[in-house]
Amino acid sequence: MSYLTDRKRAVGKGASGTGTEHHWFMTVSAVGLVFLVPCFVFIFGSALGKPQAEVIATFARPFPAIVTALTFLIGMRHFAKGAQMMIEDYCQGLTRKLAVMFAHGLSYVLIACVFYALGRMVLIGLAMGV
Amino acid sequence: MVQFSLPKNSKIRVGKTWPKPADGKNVRKFQIYRWEPEDGENPRVDTYFVDLDKCGPMVLDVLIKIKNEIDPTLTFRRSCREGICGSCAMNIDGRNTLACIFGIDEIKTDVVKIYPLPHMPVVKDLIPDLTHFYAQHASIMPWLETKTNRPEKEWRQSIEDRKKLDGLYECVMCASCSTSCPSYWWNSDEYLGPAALLHAYRWIIDSRDEATGERLDQLEDPFKLYRCHTIMNCTKTCPKGLNPAKSIAEIKKMMVNRHV
Repeated sequence: MSYLTDRKRAVGKGASGTGTEHHWFMTVSAVGLVFLVPCFVFIFGSALGKPQAEVIATFARPFPAIVTALTFLIGMRHFAKGAQMMIEDYCQGLTRKLAVMFAHGLSYVLIACVFYALGRMVLIGLAMGV
Repeated sequence: MVQFSLPKNSKIRVGKTWPKPADGKNVRKFQIYRWEPEDGENPRVDTYFVDLDKCGPMVLDVLIKIKNEIDPTLTFRRSCREGICGSCAMNIDGRNTLACIFGIDEIKTDVVKIYPLPHMPVVKDLIPDLTHFYAQHASIMPWLETKTNRPEKEWRQSIEDRKKLDGLYECVMCASCSTSCPSYWWNSDEYLGPAALLHAYRWIIDSRDEATGERLDQLEDPFKLYRCHTIMNCTKTCPKGLNPAKSIAEIKKMMVNRHV
């Protein structure tokens, strides 16, 4: 316990000067995902259960590949920033910092995995002459 | 930070049950939170029976009757008895409201449960410690800030600009909204809460105020402003019928307009 005045305790370290960018990103990405997610679900659904060659052929085409890449890029960044908000609500101190790092790290790893898989499918598709 | 259970010394035990009035025909049961800071005991819930035929219609009337006629140790704040001072804010039947304007007939359950405002330190019985809440209000500079030289008469304001303050100036700082907000429960050390933000917006949109930029700068923070997750408990509970959630949304819109 420290002998802080009530006003000092309320003001704390003052405003960090950030927050709006995060808020605006969440708004923009949410609007983007409204269009991207149905497109991705349709593409994914159409490829589901088909032989490997057909799946590769589907994702090697420009529109499905770009929609999938954008869905995961924007979706995972949206997830990470949303998770950060939730973590900040529930955790404090070092736990908060580590959990935020984990959420952002996980989103980057998943984006990298999707990009790698898509890249492979596009390259294989090109080799197959799709 | 979020807490999923009460600390050991806050766990509520069963308290005393006071006798029923002998000749009452319209008797209602009231369970009231009690905590005495000096006896070292955990809080308890005492049970009282009040004959509503011999009592006023509001919950505050019941509390005053209990204090006057049954248990003089019951402690609560009250002053104006007409919803203007905001002193008698408490949690009645699960809802934060003002005891003076909340009718007993509005409560449909058999037992009326009365607790202090949730998630605040308790001073005694139904009295919460609002020190931090008031300090947060002071931190948003709830006064007119001007840089222009003071006019000879008054600062002029058009009828249209004055109308923008309707639904904002009526706030009586009872803390019902802030203490109903889960974000405020979890992060009240940093998040300003609906009441302080409603007042901040009241001064931001005041046409006479010349510190709009500075006021927005003070709120540009992930915790001070953006901890509002639009849960809307504040608007639902406000005993004055105000809409703090809308004020917060308007501040966020101003922030975005300044940013993009």
